[in-house]
Amino acid sequence: MTTLSLLTTRTWSRLPRRHVPVLATLVLLLVLYGVGVSQYRAFSNIQVIFNVFIDNGFLLVVAVGMTFVILTGGIDLSVGSVVAMTAMVSAFLLREGLPAALVLVIALLIGPTLGFLMGCVIHFFDIQPFIVTLAGMFFARGMCTFISGSSIPITDGFWTRMSQERIGNPSGNFVSISVLIAFAVVAVAAYTLAYTRLGRNVYAIGGNPQSALLMGLPVGRTRIAVYTISGLCAAIGGILLSFYTLSGAPLIAVGMELDVIAAVVIGGTVLTGGSGYVFGTVLGVLVLGVIQTLITFDGSLNSWWTKIVIGGLLFAFILLQRLIGIRYK
Amino acid sequence: MSNRTAGYRALTTHRLFWPIVVLVVLLAANTVYRPGFLSVQMRDGHLYGSLIDILRLSAPLILVALGMTLVIATGGIDLSVGSLCAISGAIACLHISEQPDQNSVGGVLTALALGLGVALVLGAWNGVLVAVIGIQPIIATLILMVAGRGLAQLITEGQILTINSDPYKAIGVGHLLTLPLAIFIALAAALVVAAFTRRTALGLIIESVGGNAQASRLAGIRSARITFLVYVISAACAAVAGFMMTANVSSADGNAAGLWVELDAILAVVIGGTSLAGGRFSLGGTILGALLIQTLTTTVYAMNISPQTSLLFKAVVVIAVCLIQAPGFRARFARRRPSAAAPAPVTEQPKEQVPA
Repeated sequence: MTTLSLLTTRTWSRLPRRHVPVLATLVLLLVLYGVGVSQYRAFSNIQVIFNVFIDNGFLLVVAVGMTFVILTGGIDLSVGSVVAMTAMVSAFLLREGLPAALVLVIALLIGPTLGFLMGCVIHFFDIQPFIVTLAGMFFARGMCTFISGSSIPITDGFWTRMSQERIGNPSGNFVSISVLIAFAVVAVAAYTLAYTRLGRNVYAIGGNPQSALLMGLPVGRTRIAVYTISGLCAAIGGILLSFYTLSGAPLIAVGMELDVIAAVVIGGTVLTGGSGYVFGTVLGVLVLGVIQTLITFDGSLNSWWTKIVIGGLLFAFILLQRLIGIRYK
Repeated sequence: MSNRTAGYRALTTHRLFWPIVVLVVLLAANTVYRPGFLSVQMRDGHLYGSLIDILRLSAPLILVALGMTLVIATGGIDLSVGSLCAISGAIACLHISEQPDQNSVGGVLTALALGLGVALVLGAWNGVLVAVIGIQPIIATLILMVAGRGLAQLITEGQILTINSDPYKAIGVGHLLTLPLAIFIALAAALVVAAFTRRTALGLIIESVGGNAQASRLAGIRSARITFLVYVISAACAAVAGFMMTANVSSADGNAAGLWVELDAILAVVIGGTSLAGGRFSLGGTILGALLIQTLTTTVYAMNISPQTSLLFKAVVVIAVCLIQAPGFRARFARRRPSAAAPAPVTEQPKEQVPA
């Protein structure tokens, strides 16, 4: 009885602490949205929210993959370049006249393969993820320009249909198919992290790799798996981006990895690993999206304010994580 | 015989052996491709040639990498240097462009002082975040990396600020004693840092903080102060590099100045044999690494390959050098015979697991 009550009090005092960053992000999102609605009448239109999803669908997918990597305490700098490379490869292959289905398969295989290779190098040769994924980033970006120095338009029927298809209600509000794909990825990722063995291993390794190893958990396999997952998510993100822009450009998504990392951190995931949720990442992406929308609505503010505000938010959230004492190395 | 083998082994296992080999191979490849590569000419009292160009262009990278070496030696990392280059360059150019006489030395000096001062303040901000508040360095500096780019664009108002100032231009393309001035600035910075770290106890203290900040503190070293200091030094180095970059093109572009220089600098440091986990550093190795990276870039340009594709080569070289230096990789090749009985020894190094 005493043990039980002790246990419950401990869970009660611990649970909220793990949830505080996510709740703070949620509050921030609501405040930002409230500011938008109070300032601009058009902001309350539900389509504004849908547009945030439409414009940031690919970012959301990539951020979900990054969440896995960051939960193990690693980092993946290659995602932005992999997104660009996937879009580039699909555009190139489509121009060469390959059928859309085959192009999809090939494009979706490249990212995970690169991720798998990076994971192997990180695990077997014990080189820091930062350096390995940095090399991966250079490699993928180099491949982009190797394929073509200029942007390649996509005219394929399947791609244009995916890009223009609008799913909506009679009152005119709609989302694109990309948004549904992004939601599907989020749902699968959230389920994987919360209810499967792989997901629990990810948290365990992020918490303490040595303990995870001593417990007999497959540290190596999991670590390679997360980089493969991140590569897969980046590949899906690349496909979504090519739906969105209907082209492959060598310099697209430059610096996207920073936005992604910022979204994950604002979403409450601790960069040393072991604590965080996919839901938080969704909120983090939404916060970035709403900030961009606000700045667009304002009109007098320039695009660089986005960066300054994101930097400020990063600082606030890291400080918050520090203050509520989530374990920081 | 055994003596010779031992000598050979000592040579190949020296941490700078492979970077030097790669550098020599690159230079040799260049000479084969373009026979006139190594020639240095005297023209108008200045030395000209590809080698001199490589030296001149690598000066900003050497500066940034020097500061980065000290930061990495304490087990940290500074991602904000690229943004700091952009900010300091933008401030200096803005101040000069507001002068009535852009060629006045006094105005240029004030501009430099302003740029350096702001960079020092931002470096102190990084230092406070890491040393006082205790935020993980990669995130603490990520803040300024993202926001700093925005600040630089705010200063230049999104435009490319063009200036026409000879004294300022000299920092980038001027000459002194037949050699580019930039080389001397980088060399002077390297000598000052080397003197302070290797001729005083400072280097040892930095290494001990990187090895174990807590233990160093208990041993009577003010760890926090040292950590704070290295971020300020790194910012100062980045500021001077920013002056050089903007002086090179006589204009400040908040968006493009110093873009990705932090990655190049980290690569230079790693290639030079400094461990990202901290605890030891090699200034000579860093300079060699910076030269290697600049040679690679120049080689790719010289061979008429698109600059972006040069990233492909960079990736290959980085992975090759890192793999060769990685203990895990070496161990795997050292014991070729499969020993099934002994599972790979779990030498858990918690420091290595931290995402640097």
